[in-house]
Amino acid sequence: MTSRSVLDISGLKVSIGGREVLRGVDLSLAEGRVHGLAGESGSGKTMTGLAVLGLLPHGARATGRIALGDRDLLTLPPRELNRVRGGEVAMVFQDPATSLHPMLTVGRQLTEHMRHHLGVDKAEARARAVELLGKVRIPGADEAFGRFPHQFSGGMRQRVAIAIALACSPKVLIADEPTTALDVTVQAGVLRLLRGLCDELGLAVLLVTHDLGVMSAIADEVSVMREGLVVETGPRGQVLREPAHPYTRSLLDALPDSSPEPPGSAPEPPDARTDSSPDSPTGETA
Amino acid sequence: MTLDIRDLVVEHRSPGRPVVRAVAGASLTVSPGEVVGLVGESGCGKSTLARAACGLNPVTEGSITFEGRPVAPLGLRRRRETGIQMVFQDPYASLNPRRRVGDQIADGLRTARDTAATPADLLERVGLPRDFAGRHPHEFSGGQRQRVAIARALAARPRMLIGDEPISALDASAQAQVATLMRDLAVDAGAGLLFISHDLSVVRLIADRIAVMYLGRIVEVGDTAEVWANPRHPYTRALLGAIPRPDGMGVLPAELPGDVPDPANPPGGCRFHPRCPLVMDVCRDEEPRFGPVACWLHEAK
Ligand SMILES: Nc1ncnc2c1ncn2[C@@H]1O[C@H](COP(=O)(O)OP(=O)(O)OP(=O)(O)O)[C@@H](O)[C@H]1O
Ligand SMILES: Nc1ncnc2c1ncn2[C@@H]1O[C@H](COP(=O)(O)OP(=O)(O)OP(=O)(O)O)[C@@H](O)[C@H]1O
Ligand SMILES: [Mg+2]
Ligand SMILES: [Mg+2]
Repeated sequence: MTSRSVLDISGLKVSIGGREVLRGVDLSLAEGRVHGLAGESGSGKTMTGLAVLGLLPHGARATGRIALGDRDLLTLPPRELNRVRGGEVAMVFQDPATSLHPMLTVGRQLTEHMRHHLGVDKAEARARAVELLGKVRIPGADEAFGRFPHQFSGGMRQRVAIAIALACSPKVLIADEPTTALDVTVQAGVLRLLRGLCDELGLAVLLVTHDLGVMSAIADEVSVMREGLVVETGPRGQVLREPAHPYTRSLLDALPDSSPEPPGSAPEPPDARTDSSPDSPTGETA
Repeated sequence: MTLDIRDLVVEHRSPGRPVVRAVAGASLTVSPGEVVGLVGESGCGKSTLARAACGLNPVTEGSITFEGRPVAPLGLRRRRETGIQMVFQDPYASLNPRRRVGDQIADGLRTARDTAATPADLLERVGLPRDFAGRHPHEFSGGQRQRVAIARALAARPRMLIGDEPISALDASAQAQVATLMRDLAVDAGAGLLFISHDLSVVRLIADRIAVMYLGRIVEVGDTAEVWANPRHPYTRALLGAIPRPDGMGVLPAELPGDVPDPANPPGGCRFHPRCPLVMDVCRDEEPRFGPVACWLHEAK
């Protein structure tokens, strides 16, 4: 399982208005791997993602190193950073309203990106856009192409934002809570899509999520943040089963339903339930 | 003080687009001191139903009454006068970006004629530092902003609180804590709480009853413990079966087979039939218009 590291964050510090919100973050993303990032609300997960894209709030100061190959994104000239952003590195924002322009149809937002970064023609861009909308499970993708963001539900907007981030086949995807607005069955589809892109195309993903179930389903490595620092990093199984840091342990203990068996999952009438082993993957449809 | 939603139909119309029947005949009640969890597939009409209950989306058919009076269409401004408060799915929709959050919470306190509590007290209750009152909404992290939106809604002491994914950005321990706080405040004050969430474990923790929605209709309602232990509608079963487990095993949860349906063009018969593993002939022909489980396998005898 040796995979090439594509993005290396080291000693990243960010301060806003004299307050240090990141205090030396180290994180590394590798080709074809999902790196899960959990942590307390306000611990700096979003700021870490924004720093990679050069999108920190006004007045923020960043030091340290964010290496994409041999380039340091923290010192890259704005024009080159612009090319990286949305091209090689894409981000799904925590708040889908930030990813989407309210006055443009989602089709336009999808295709403009592609034409700008990939140089494809209008028809090809449209075909690709409709295909992507279908992949993120938007019903009636062809018709949805012409709709405005406010004509979608919250979870659909989140999925459109994912489609836009994937439009230019990035090498690195930073996904900040990309499935919080999704029900668990649609979430399963999106997780399968992301996993497939890693396995087949070598996408490197930083997945910010507070949902440890999601983490367990898709992450290869897991890091946990607290108060501007990464307090624990390791392989998924290790961090979720034998957490070293007390905060990680407290998160696992807080899960409201860690005790009894999961709810009835067999698609048979109530009495004829044939409980499949909870660990076996069910309903493979990928 | 009951919120009573009967045979509600809500349509979204926009020029040049097909009519979207986002809520297609849904009935639901929330009694004083009761917590009802509303769950369902993304895009099935939960937010539309919630907004209609606040008078923010016009009702096409059916009725919504609160405390025996019909809920009248309202502008955002006058929402507070109805006794119903809503925490919106997008926290920016609950908060004015240009005003300090302390001032916005103070508005709520004035509505409730509460002179004892201060905005800082409310921030503290939802687990934020008192001095955050001086900040603007954009100066918060995602989870902090959600807590502010909850504090603002609670300040007005509503007799009915509707939370649309109010805590989706909080970590597991904070979710349990804030959800329980919302429940306690509502129940102690004798107010109802309609709690929309994709997080089924949180719904299980705080809801007395669960309502499951699919493509504009409520397909199953029941006692939380009962639905959890013995889900009867095939959609409810699929939903509960797709909860990913934090066991560190790397197992991807099951997807529902088939395409997510389009409310502008719903399937005939039972709306779930094209994706149902137990589909029968009758399901293709006739819609099961009964409760508490709207499924031909569970027709009341
Ligand atoms: N524009 C801003 N000005 C000043 N402080 C800010 C600003 N945006 C965020 N912060 C602060 O920076 C810290 C880190 O925020 P960040 O958004 O990275 O947290 P997070 O880990 O993503 O949390 P959440 O899980 O709630 O989204 C928080 O304490 C937050 O209050
Ligand atoms: N203003 C609008 N114009 C047209 N269609 C709309 C509008 N608002 C919502 N819709 C459509 O109505 C349906 C229901 O949307 P709603 O926001 O109620 O779903 P939801 O259950 O809250 O979903 P989510 O869990 O993703 O937030 C969706 O198909 C959506 O695309
Ligand atoms: Mg964040
Ligand atoms: Mg919604």
